[in-house]
Amino acid sequence: MIRFDQVTKLYKSNARPALNAVSLEILRGEFVFLVGASGSGKSSFLRLVLKEETPSRGQIHVLGQNLGQLSSRKVPYFRRNLGVVFQDFRLLPQKSVFDNVAFTLQVIGKSKGFIQEAVPDVLRMVGLAGKTNRLPHELSGGEQQRVAIARAIVNKPAILLADEPTGNLDPSTSAGIMTLLERISKGGTTVLMATHDAGIVDQMQRRVIELVAGQVVRDERQGGYQTQAVPVQGFGGFGAQPGYGDIGIAGQSEATR
Amino acid sequence: MRFGLIMSEVGNGLRRNFSMVISVILVTFISLTFVGAAILLQFQIGQMKGYWNDRAQVAVYLCTDNSSTGNCKLTEATADQKDLVKEQLASPALADLIKSVTFQNHKQVYAQYKASFGDTTGSDFITPSDLPETFSISLKDPQQAPVISESLSSLAGVEQVVDQRKYLDPIFSALNAASLTAVGIAVLMLVAAVLLIATTIRLSAFSRRRELGIMRLVGASNRFIQTPFILEGVIAALIGSVLASVAVVVIVKFFVRGYLAEQSQGFPFIGFGEGLIVVPILLVVGAVLAASSASVAIGRYLKV
Repeated sequence: MIRFDQVTKLYKSNARPALNAVSLEILRGEFVFLVGASGSGKSSFLRLVLKEETPSRGQIHVLGQNLGQLSSRKVPYFRRNLGVVFQDFRLLPQKSVFDNVAFTLQVIGKSKGFIQEAVPDVLRMVGLAGKTNRLPHELSGGEQQRVAIARAIVNKPAILLADEPTGNLDPSTSAGIMTLLERISKGGTTVLMATHDAGIVDQMQRRVIELVAGQVVRDERQGGYQTQAVPVQGFGGFGAQPGYGDIGIAGQSEATR
Repeated sequence: MRFGLIMSEVGNGLRRNFSMVISVILVTFISLTFVGAAILLQFQIGQMKGYWNDRAQVAVYLCTDNSSTGNCKLTEATADQKDLVKEQLASPALADLIKSVTFQNHKQVYAQYKASFGDTTGSDFITPSDLPETFSISLKDPQQAPVISESLSSLAGVEQVVDQRKYLDPIFSALNAASLTAVGIAVLMLVAAVLLIATTIRLSAFSRRRELGIMRLVGASNRFIQTPFILEGVIAALIGSVLASVAVVVIVKFFVRGYLAEQSQGFPFIGFGEGLIVVPILLVVGAVLAASSASVAIGRYLKV
């Protein structure tokens, strides 16, 4: 479904790679947490999957397509198979809940009939059936995120990317969002979620991929937020570091420098 | 469905950037009016050239008793000399170039002079014998006048060979200069118009960057994203072009036909037809410029 082959991403302004020789594979229907400190490369990873960025080295395959060989003209059509959710919701403030979700379908040329059917369906699924005509600012944060999720999945994407979807929400609202994501995952959608929320990761016990300074330091089948097992990939250049927990802090301080 | 969506996006954009759209309309209006004026002037020059080329002739003035210039020695050109000129004109080398030749004797020249200048002071002192007898030659191609001049001016009894077109050259160069000035102003204004359209579209895209971001994220095609912006620029520019076309037609109808042509009857002026030829040119120039500058301006937002 998603395969990274020795992917390195360098940004012009920074000598240190955002991702350093990352290789991993995510299979159909998996629910994967991407954890790590700010600046560890989580967002770069998601952007690479979306082909918002191109890798400096290495190859990325998503949904059977080699992203390096995807012409920019075909990128929009590729993205129709992916749904994306952000921490800051990114709803259109002047459009109602219904229109926010319908907008996605309108701009990819779906028919009016299809939209009239699909949008109420998906809003029912995310639990917003009674609020279709509200404007975003009339909703709570959790409800806004549900709208964003509805917008992401209304076109039935094969993959749902979520970049800290619970980052702005309180714990109980977050739990509701996670229940929703779990339900979406059960429907066969691959979910890849970048998060800082230790409680959620520990509780869900799903596959966890941990990034530190652009390298995968842990890839566990049913992991928690903090490492409890021996990392799958070697530490490489980090051998000199005293302990694992310190590395996380080091990564954080590097990002805030 | 999609057409409706695109048009509503266009409408939103035009309303949101109302003041910028107005300035785009005004700048395209003025710049294209200058373009139109330049084209009209070229038409006018062409018209006048055609008119005078049909009428302007090469005149061969023969000697009179009073003339001492050219080959004249204060004696009237003799019948033999006239025959020699006629012979030359009938020779195969020149006959091919000539449409018609008319000979005017003293009396005829005097009559023509009286008709043209009879009411000027001093015309009473002119007698028929003061005015040279003339061969008026119409050429098939007026550009060939030097050939006639070369072969006739050395003949005895010929005072002067004059290509009457040269009297018109200053008029044409004045009109040409006016036309070039109009083109220069038009080019400057068009540059301003193109930059203004690009800025307007950037502004419009910036105010819609949330929508654009989401469109790109959910996989709207580039064409779908850029079409509303290009249409926005084209519509604004087309309104300006229509105004410029109206201005051009008004200029032709009321100034050229209604005023100039009334003032100087019989002089060749461009008509309504030429004005109508300019209209589609202006519309196409406006639309193409707007479309290209808008698509360049929006391109930055489409990079994936």
